Amino acid sequence: MVEPHRARPGGTAPLLLMRDICKEFPGVRALDGVSLSVRAGTVHAVMGENGAGKSTLMKVLSGVHPAGSYTGEIHVGGEPAAFTGVADSERAGIAIIHQELALVPHLTVSENVFLGNERARRGVIDWYDTHARARALLERVGLDEDPTTTVSALSVGAQQLVEIAKALAKRVRVLILDEPTSALNEAESARLLGLLTELRDQGVACILISHKLGEVMQVSDEITVLRDGRTVETVPVERAPDGTPSVEEDRIIRGMVGRELDQRYPDRTGTIGEVRFEVRDWTVDHPAQAGRRMVDGAGLTVRGGEVVGLAGLMGAGRTELAMSLFGRSYGRRVSGGVYKDGREIDTSTVARAVAEGLAYVPEDRKGLGLVLDDDVRHNTSLAALGRISTRGVLDPGREAVETRETTDDMRLRSHGPTQVVRTLSGGNQQKVVLGKWMFTRPDLLILDEPTRGIDVGAKYEIYLIVRGLAEAGACVLLISSELPEVLGMSDRVYTMCEGRITGEVPGEAADQETLMRLMTGTGETA
Amino acid sequence: MNPFTRLSRLPAAAGNLIRDNARQYGMVIALVVIVVLFEILTGGLLLTPLNITNLIMQNSYILILAIGMMLVIITGHIDLSVGSVVAFTGAVSAVMLTSWGLPTPVVVPLALLVGALIGAWQGFWVAYVRVPAFIVTLAGMLVFRGATLAVLGGESIAPLPESLRTMASGFLPGPEALGLHLPTLALGAAGAAALVWIQWRQRARSRRHGLPTTPVAAAVGVSAAHVVVIMVFAHVLAGYNGLPLVGLVLLALIVGYAFLMRSTTTGRRVYAVGGSEQAAALSGIATQRTTFWVFVNMGALSALAGLVFTARLNSATPGAGTMFELDAIAAAFIGGASAGGGVGTVVGAVIGALVMGVLNNGMSLIGLGVDWQQLIKGLVLLLAVAFDVHNKRRAHSAGATVASTKRRWGRDRSPERSRE
Repeated sequence: MVEPHRARPGGTAPLLLMRDICKEFPGVRALDGVSLSVRAGTVHAVMGENGAGKSTLMKVLSGVHPAGSYTGEIHVGGEPAAFTGVADSERAGIAIIHQELALVPHLTVSENVFLGNERARRGVIDWYDTHARARALLERVGLDEDPTTTVSALSVGAQQLVEIAKALAKRVRVLILDEPTSALNEAESARLLGLLTELRDQGVACILISHKLGEVMQVSDEITVLRDGRTVETVPVERAPDGTPSVEEDRIIRGMVGRELDQRYPDRTGTIGEVRFEVRDWTVDHPAQAGRRMVDGAGLTVRGGEVVGLAGLMGAGRTELAMSLFGRSYGRRVSGGVYKDGREIDTSTVARAVAEGLAYVPEDRKGLGLVLDDDVRHNTSLAALGRISTRGVLDPGREAVETRETTDDMRLRSHGPTQVVRTLSGGNQQKVVLGKWMFTRPDLLILDEPTRGIDVGAKYEIYLIVRGLAEAGACVLLISSELPEVLGMSDRVYTMCEGRITGEVPGEAADQETLMRLMTGTGETA
Repeated sequence: MNPFTRLSRLPAAAGNLIRDNARQYGMVIALVVIVVLFEILTGGLLLTPLNITNLIMQNSYILILAIGMMLVIITGHIDLSVGSVVAFTGAVSAVMLTSWGLPTPVVVPLALLVGALIGAWQGFWVAYVRVPAFIVTLAGMLVFRGATLAVLGGESIAPLPESLRTMASGFLPGPEALGLHLPTLALGAAGAAALVWIQWRQRARSRRHGLPTTPVAAAVGVSAAHVVVIMVFAHVLAGYNGLPLVGLVLLALIVGYAFLMRSTTTGRRVYAVGGSEQAAALSGIATQRTTFWVFVNMGALSALAGLVFTARLNSATPGAGTMFELDAIAAAFIGGASAGGGVGTVVGAVIGALVMGVLNNGMSLIGLGVDWQQLIKGLVLLLAVAFDVHNKRRAHSAGATVASTKRRWGRDRSPERSRE
């Protein structure tokens, strides 16, 4: 079933039409009659929980799943298309920009932009033409960098722009962005979304896959919601002159989860006790660049049963503060004191920090949090092997039973404790990392971007777990770039800017504007 | 969790067990096929008591190296120097025994210490300076080959004292009856009893913890099969001279290292460091120290292999141990190690070494030239790893759609768990 085309200003016939796409994997129907129609010059958001079929649909579209491995029709610019591979779909003007960037880090921007598409005559590259064109493309995406810069020297945000420039070099007609802002800070995100609307105005059809409702509402012209491999609905988004969208966020969430989600954050219950942890005058230098202060004289307290938010823009020093506290895992010349119940404690190695009841759930869960090729059980027990062993000899029975309790508490959805964590969804992987640290029975749990790239349903469950831990009397330090999350979860919020703590605001008194002022260093210092 | 859901998880658990160990079962089956093939091709020569004894003695040093190499590969590294270290420790032992006149019981621990120090040297560069192990041990390969030449002055030292030779060619002493070596049979019976006891204790523990266990009939079958295999093996050896001493050392190493890697926190840490060094470090594991000790261990095991090899040859030669590193690495990979680290078992390394050993022995018995032997061993290594890579890719692509694996392995899951 195809949504009837709505006549809208500037509207044309759909540039991309996918009709009744079905795709089966052994034993499961990943896509079950999904239809998608995208007009040139629009931003079309595709939303859905993890596993709803978004990436499978995009893989069908970009030729990763070649014609014949699925049923249904694809039309591009009115012509039926049957892509045999990624190169084939690129020739038709379809480009996909993945969450994981596909640039060669040691090559220059120019080389990357024209990789596989070199400006060459009989195999000899014309560098003048290459650099000139690269420069023009960089200008178009608004990236002020020399094309001869090595890609690895650029920030993630800049690299994403290079990816887009690369797509533009191939005369892209349909640009697919998969979670483009998940690794970007607010400023970079805003710039990317701005670029998206510019490309739209130049006639490119943009497909935006994102979990961030706010940005979807901000830029998209239409939203298609998928659930369990089916299209739930396609909603056009109109905007009032003041930018207010015509569609309620709740309606989209409802479509994604298939039920009412009355609350996005659990209630604050429980009582807050005495100060349990205190950090005084914490200073950290950059590990490679001598003399560069990453954290400068930071001090904070966390009370028993309290969730303390730590808000800041990317580069403010939040992760650096957390990781240096956690066994000096970051930085050099770390100085300052950590106090637990008034007594100074030694957190100079991870093992000591863990022994003092600290736990750190890292931002990069795949790289730092998990042993991806090991199973759920072993990952869960990894940080507390002492709990399941006697004199260095493991007790597999105790391990099985006790890790099972933890994974059940986390409401982990897996097909058993021996499932390899690589094959879990992002939300469930995060639950394994969280479970691993809950297994150590921490007194202070530091969470670094705990819900990044996780769908709405799993997010709420993670919030519940965090809230539950606080109610049990533990301290929680929550680092997040998403202000609504900081506000929704925290009893008290610290803001950081350029390595300093710039403010302390009680949870009920905080609002986004106040925090943003403090985070950008334009507010009053508390 | 009620007992019924627990019960309903049984088939899934069995499925997981088979899937998780598919690689190892595959290698056991491959080993059996190779053994049967050569048993037929050699007209029954392969499995004679004499030849089995030979097999153990010929492959003992590769088996020792393969165990150490498996640990190194699990941590995500490689050791190319083991052949040279075998030669060097052999040469040093020979010098201590002959020129210095030290007794064997003193020389053996000294040689192991020399090996451990070499391992510490290499481990230092790999773990703390972070020079890639490939480079460090490539350098070690040259350094210790050169050192061997220097120690031996370019010549071989032979013969060696009887006491050392016994290590490699001696047998368990004891009386015989009806042409069978009794202590070997007794040891076999004791080993079988111990294995059955361990298996049933594990089962009892699992039941006490409410974990799924295999049905009684299946458990009895498994135990009985193990007993039969062990007793047949003991019987065959008892029919010749009994268990070689080196076989006893090997058994102790296999049991000890299998226990270390499976059942101790140390073993678990080694796997974690190899699986993701950063995640391990952030879990409070001293990753550098772990890597360092794995290399120290490899050095000590190389020295042990050097002692056994020198004793078996009854001479220390400058060219000893050439290509041993490649045999050990091949054994580890055939036995299920992954080049990325974090994966592999001690038993796997043993099976891998046995596959290579039986291939060598069988091909020699049927009179195949060295040219063909090398060619066939190379192809076996390639195919074994290709099979592994293929299996993993299949598992991963299935994992990309978790639902599909769920359908295959977890049909019985309760619906509330089957979302996402």
